Amino acid sequence: MKRIALLGMPNTGKSTLFNRITGASARVGNWPGVTVDLLAAKLLIAGQMAEIVDLPGIYDLHGYSDDEKLVRHFLETQPIDLLLIAVNAMQLERQLILAMQLASLGKASVIAVNMIDEARHAGLGIDTERLSAGLNLPVVAISAKYGQGQAELMAAVAAKLPQAALPSGKMAAEAASRLAEDDSFEVRSAELVAAAVDVPHLLPERFSDRLDRVLMHNVFGLPLFFIAMFFVFAGVFWLGAPIQDVLKNAFDWFGEALLKPLLAPLPELLRGFLIDGLYGGISTVAAFVPVVVLFFFFMAVVEDSGYLSRAAYLMDALMARLGLDGRSFVMLLMGFGCNVPALMGTRVMRSRALRLLSMLIIPFSLCSARLQVFIFIIAALFSPHAAPWVLMSLYLMSFATAFGTALIFGRGKAFRSEEPFVIELPPYRFPTLRQVWMRGWLEVRHFLLRATKIIVAGVVLVWLLTHLPVGVEAASADSYAGYLGRWMQPILSPLGIDEKLTIALIFGFVAKEVVIGALAVIYGLEGSALTEHIAGSLSLIQAYSFMLFCLIYTPCLSTIATLKAESRSLKFAALAVAWPLALAWCASFVFYQVALRLTGQ
Amino acid sequence: MIFIRRRVMNYALTQLSPGQGACIAALHAAEALQHRLAALGFRIGKRITMVRRAAFDGPLHVRIDQTDIIIRRVDAACVELRPATDTHSSVAAS
Repeated sequence: MKRIALLGMPNTGKSTLFNRITGASARVGNWPGVTVDLLAAKLLIAGQMAEIVDLPGIYDLHGYSDDEKLVRHFLETQPIDLLLIAVNAMQLERQLILAMQLASLGKASVIAVNMIDEARHAGLGIDTERLSAGLNLPVVAISAKYGQGQAELMAAVAAKLPQAALPSGKMAAEAASRLAEDDSFEVRSAELVAAAVDVPHLLPERFSDRLDRVLMHNVFGLPLFFIAMFFVFAGVFWLGAPIQDVLKNAFDWFGEALLKPLLAPLPELLRGFLIDGLYGGISTVAAFVPVVVLFFFFMAVVEDSGYLSRAAYLMDALMARLGLDGRSFVMLLMGFGCNVPALMGTRVMRSRALRLLSMLIIPFSLCSARLQVFIFIIAALFSPHAAPWVLMSLYLMSFATAFGTALIFGRGKAFRSEEPFVIELPPYRFPTLRQVWMRGWLEVRHFLLRATKIIVAGVVLVWLLTHLPVGVEAASADSYAGYLGRWMQPILSPLGIDEKLTIALIFGFVAKEVVIGALAVIYGLEGSALTEHIAGSLSLIQAYSFMLFCLIYTPCLSTIATLKAESRSLKFAALAVAWPLALAWCASFVFYQVALRLTGQ
Repeated sequence: MIFIRRRVMNYALTQLSPGQGACIAALHAAEALQHRLAALGFRIGKRITMVRRAAFDGPLHVRIDQTDIIIRRVDAACVELRPATDTHSSVAAS
C-alpha cells in the first residue's frame, strides 16, 4: 500500500482538504512516538490502495515547535511515497518556502494551491502552469471548501504515485544549518510569485477589516465576545434540551417495553445488573450526547469562522499572566457547557505544555450537568432572595479554582510553554454546513469510540458497589457503597458530608447529573418529598460544602476518558483526577470549618 | 543644494502606532522564534503595518503583505524596524 502525507501551514484549509478527499472515513491512527492524534484514511487512487495521513500544520520544516518536531519525526521514521502539500493561494510568497523545503526532501510531491476562490475574489491571478514549471512539480489550484479542482488534484496525485519508488531522502541533520538554504528558497519564492501571480494594484478593503474594527475593538470587543459566547450557550441548550428529553424518553421506553420483557427469564441479580446498571448508566451518559454534538458544531463554527483567534487576541492580556493564552480562555468558557468538547477543542493549541495546562483547568468549569445539581439543592434550601448569590459564588469559585490551578502548575516544567505566541489571524470565513457537520460528526465519533470503554467500566463499578453483596437494598448502608461511605467518614465528616451524601458523590463520579437521581434512590424519596427531606436534614453550611465538593472534585467519567485519550498519558490523567479531589477536600474543609466557627455551632 | 542627512534611529515593533508602517531592519530573536517569525513573513526589508494594539498590554495585531499576525509584546520587542522608505508610507514625518 502507498502512503501519502498531507502537509501544509496552519490556516491553509488542510483539514478541509483532507475531509474533502477522504469523505468521513478517517480514523485516528496509531504511530510510534507520536503523542497527538493523526487522522488517516484509506483511499483508492487509480486502482491502488493508498493511505493518506493528515499531519499537523507547520510553519517551517526546520522549526522547533512540538508540531514541527513531530512532522520531522514522522517523515524520518515512516515510509512515505508522496507528499501532498497544501498552500494558501492568498499567501503564496510565504507559503511556497515551506513547499520548497518539503520538495527538497526528494520525495514525489504535488502542490495544491488552496482557497483559490478567495484569491479570485480578491482579484489575484495565479498562473499554476508557470508555478509548476518553476517548481518542477505538479501544481493544481483548488478550493477544498467548495470542491473545485478536486478531480484535477487527484489526477495529479494518481500520475505521480507510481513514480514514488525514489529512495526516501534523508532529512536535514541540523536545523540551524538550514537557515541559509531557507534564504535561497525565500529569494526563489519571491521571484516565482512575482512571475506567476498577478496582484491587483489596489486590493479591495476586506470585509474582515471592517468587521474587526468592531469585534476587536479595545472597548467593545470583550463585551461582544461575551455576548457571542452567551448565544452559543443559549443556542446549544435551546436546541439540545428538547432533543435530550426525547432521547431520554426513548431510552426509558426501550428499556421498559423491550429490554425488561426480553431479559425477564434471567436471574434477578443479572437482570438488575443489565437493565439498571449497564443500560441505565449508559443511557444516562448517552442522553447527554446531543448536547455534546451541538457544542462540537458551535465550536466548529467559532473556530472555522476565524473568530477564535480574535477571542484569543482579546483575552490574551489576562491569560498570558496565568501562563496560558487567549485560546485557553475560550475553551475554559466552552467547558461551562460541557467539559468534553472543551477538552477536545484544546487541540488548536499546538504546544503540548500549554495544552496540558489548559486541560488541567477545564474540568473546574461549572458544566451544565453540575448546574442541574446545584439548582436542585439551592432551590431546596436557600431562599429565592439568596439563591442567585449562592449560584454566583459557585461560578466565581469555578473561575478561582481554574485560575489558581493555572498559577500553581504553570510554573512546573511540564506545563510551561516555550512556544512564542505569534499566531496568524485568518480572515473571517463563512463555514459551510458540510464543514461544520463533518467536524462535529468526526469529533463525536472519536469521543464515543474512545470513551465507551471507560464509561462502561465506571457504570459497572458503581452498580456493583451499590448492589453487592447479594441481597442488600440498593445504595443502602449495607452495600459496599455504604461501607465505603462509612469508611470515608473520618475524611468526609469534617466537611459536613455524611454517609448518604458520600454515596451520592460516588454516583456523581459517573456523571454529575446522576447525583440527584442517586439521592432519590438513597433516601427512597421522589420529587417534592426528596426536596423536603433534603431541606430538613441538611444545614445550609453542609449543603454549600457539599456543592463546593461537587463542583471541584473528580470530573465525570466522560471527562476522565477524554483527558486520558487526549493527553495519551496515564500519569497526566491521574494528576487531573487526584488534584481536583485534593483541592475539593481542602476547599470544603476550610469552608465548613470556618463557617461552623463563625456561626458559633 | 545642501543635503542634510538626519540620522534616524531604528526602533522596536512595539513602538509602532496603529496605522503606521515601517520596514523590518533586523530580528533579534532566539532561534525558535526566529524560525517562526521568518515563516510568518518577518523577513528583513519587508514592510510591516501596525493594525491595532490590544488593551492592558495585550498582543499586537500587525500585517505583512496579505498575512495578519497576532504577536505578544515580549516577542515583538525583538523585531527592529527602520522608517519605511517608500512614498506611500503613512509614517508621519518628524
